[in-house]
This record gives sequence, structure tokens and C-alpha cells, in this order.
Amino acid sequence: MKPAPFEYLAPETLDSALEALARHGGEAKLLAGGQSLIPVMNFRLAQPAVLIDLNRVQGLDYVREDGGGLRIGAMTRQRTLERDPLVAALAPLLAEAVPCIAHPQIRNRGTLGGSLAHADARAELPAVAVALRARLCLRRSGGERWVEARDFFSGLMSTLLEPEEILVEVALPPPMPRSGWAFVEEARRHGDYAQVGVAAGVSLDEAGRCREARLLYLSVGDRPVEAREAARLLEGSVPSAEAIAAAAEKASRDEMDPTGDIHASPAFKRHLARVLTGRALRRAFARAQGEAA
Amino acid sequence: MMAQGGIPIQVTVNGKSHARTVEPRLLLSDFLRHDLGLTGTHVGCEHGVCGACTILVDGEPVRSCLMFAVQADGRELSTVEGLAPGPEQLHPLQQAFWECHGLQCGFCTPGFLMTLVPFLEQNPHPTEDEIRHALSGNLCRCTGYQHIVDAVLLAAARMRGEAR
Repeated sequence: MKPAPFEYLAPETLDSALEALARHGGEAKLLAGGQSLIPVMNFRLAQPAVLIDLNRVQGLDYVREDGGGLRIGAMTRQRTLERDPLVAALAPLLAEAVPCIAHPQIRNRGTLGGSLAHADARAELPAVAVALRARLCLRRSGGERWVEARDFFSGLMSTLLEPEEILVEVALPPPMPRSGWAFVEEARRHGDYAQVGVAAGVSLDEAGRCREARLLYLSVGDRPVEAREAARLLEGSVPSAEAIAAAAEKASRDEMDPTGDIHASPAFKRHLARVLTGRALRRAFARAQGEAA
Repeated sequence: MMAQGGIPIQVTVNGKSHARTVEPRLLLSDFLRHDLGLTGTHVGCEHGVCGACTILVDGEPVRSCLMFAVQADGRELSTVEGLAPGPEQLHPLQQAFWECHGLQCGFCTPGFLMTLVPFLEQNPHPTEDEIRHALSGNLCRCTGYQHIVDAVLLAAARMRGEAR
């Protein structure tokens, strides 16, 4: 099918994009990479009266180091993240996750900000953003606010974004010393939505004990799901196979409530979450220990 | 700022410049086929799953059904029509598809070619695993993919000068 008619605006500055959004509010949709929005427009599941294309806006596409962390413009393509040496050095979890997103044809268009604002709980970037403790800058005409990624996702395909706001920047804190990471997911075919995915981050203290662990899951809830209790089972002691197994059991049994689909029952998703958590934690701790040695 | 109605655009397709006026909702895939008559780019699913409409925009593969024609204003596009060096000669990947039976009905072939040509440019020594990974975004309902993998391996070897 073909999209329904719409008014097309292609502002070249952020200010004019914000003005257009303030003027049209709920009638308008923002077009970032379009890899989720254009399919639903083609199906006429979305029929926005006004489309505000952000692709010509100057100054939203950048990756910059800032105080040991990163600042990434919302319109940065996923393919850029995949190839950027700063991302590999300062946000290796993000670098590991991005190649799992769909296919190169999609990542050449798809953007970081577009994926976060779309807030599909099956997508990689929302879970990774929460795992990295990202902060998001939401701009409106005449003002801006910063929100934590973990607060940003408010429900099924829902975020804290108000109709007149644009997500313009993602700030990632510097990696902790002696930290390790892993992103693993299971999809029926490479590039399909994962049945379950996990983003793990760990850091060790000088004695080799786990100082902090983070476990974020995709495709097991209506938003990125964090397993805090499972992470606490790891914190404070030297990582061991028993502790990893206990954390994987805890996360998959008590900290998620996956719904099934035609390919995966809730029980199978829990099983995948348990197995993938073990793999992710083993890899993350090995990396943290390698860096410490 | 632009409004509803016709919007003038200029694109370069396979080295040739085209100026047209388009409706904003016109998909890039339909622009190529209907406005420029370049029907080599095929339209399969129109929601970004099948890969049949893959073309290059500024040298990188994208789904032309997931871009509006207006977004291509000022860009360089490459389609399957531009692959062969001349009327009597095929691109090495096209030649290998032919010889290895990498196509049967041929509907998906333009998308495979436009996905795999930049892949081979960036990765001249691909393993079979890497090839299967690279073509995971393109659907073929005829071949079962094995002959396509064979074709890519042969084309890669020829493009490296290691096979005839």
C-alpha cells in the first residue's frame, strides 16, 4: 500500500523544526530514519497530517567525547555508531549491540534518537540506553529538560516525550574503571527482532569483587526490563559460576513477565533469558578481569 | 520549508541527473519505477522486510520503499540498471549469479545484487558465514540461498583475480 497524503516540512534548523512542531503538535509526526514510521505509513496504520522531516536539520548528527563520556546527536545513524572508534572505545556495549539491529540497509537510515523515541520494547537501543545510564535531552521551543533513560520509557511504545518536544541528544557517562560488558540476543534469523536479548554491564573493585552489575532485557515486557535483584546477588563478592547461575535464575524467574507469541511461549522466553544471562555475565566479567589484569 | 503539492527534486541515478516534481508521499521505489522508468528496482513487501527494493544512496544500501522521493533530493543513487559495464557485459556478481543458478524467477535478484555489491567492496574475502549474514535482509523464495552463496563466493574470488 501507499502512504496517505500529508503536508511535508523539511526544516533546516532545530529552531524551525521546534516551531513547526509547536504549531502542529499532535497532528504532526517527526521523521527520523523512517525505518519504523514509513512501514506503518505504508500500511496506513499511521496517517499523520503533517510530516516534519529531521533529516535536513543541521547539527543533530555527531559523536563527541565529553569528559570521558559521549554526547551523541539524536539523528546519528546506527551505521555510524557501528563504525565510530569513539563509540567502540567509550561505549563498547553500544558498539556490540548495534550490529544486532536489523540489517545494514536499515542501519544506514535508522537513527539512535528515532529508535529511542519509538520505544519498541523488542528493540536493542532502549535496553542499551538504560544499561548505560544514558541521559536524554528533550528540547522544546524556548527550553529543554534532561531525563534518565530508565525513566524515559513509560510503557508500550510510550515515552515521556511531550507532543512539542524533540529528543536531540543522548549523553553517556564515562565507562567505570575495571568494567566489562556484553550484549547477547537470540533471534530466529539474524536481523529479526530478538525473542530475548540481554545487555549486561559489570564493574569490579580493586580486590576483584563485583562493585556494580546491571542487567537489562529486551522483548520480555512493555519496555526495557531491569533485573535489580539479580544484579544485587552479584554485587559485593568475587564473581563465581554459582553467583552467575543464581543471578540468571533470579532474573528469569522473578523479574520479568514475558508474554508469548507464535514463536516463543513465556516459559521458553524465561529459559532463553536464563541461558543468555549466564553467557552475558561470563563474557562481561571476563572482560572486566582482562582490563584489571 | 516545503508544503503539500509538488516539490521539485534533483537526483543523480547511475551517473545521470534527473529533475522532477513529486508529491511528498511518493516512495523512492515508486519514483524510480514510475517517474524514471527504472523498473529494475522491484517492490515486494513495502515494509522493509524483503529487501527487493534495495538501492544505493550515496554508495550505501538502503530500502527504497522506506524513503520518500523528496528525501533523495540532491543525492547520488545507484540501481541495478547501472551495475553492468556495458550492454554485452555483466558485473562479475551478475555473471556469477547466472553461472551458479543464483536466481530462478529473478524477482529478488536486483535487491540481492545491490546489497552484495557494496558488501564485496567492503569485504573482498568473505567467508560463507559472513555471506549468509550479509544476505539475511533479503528474501528469496526460489533458491534456498545455497546457489546465491555459491555465486557470491565465485564473484569474490574473481574480483580478487583468483578464479576465472
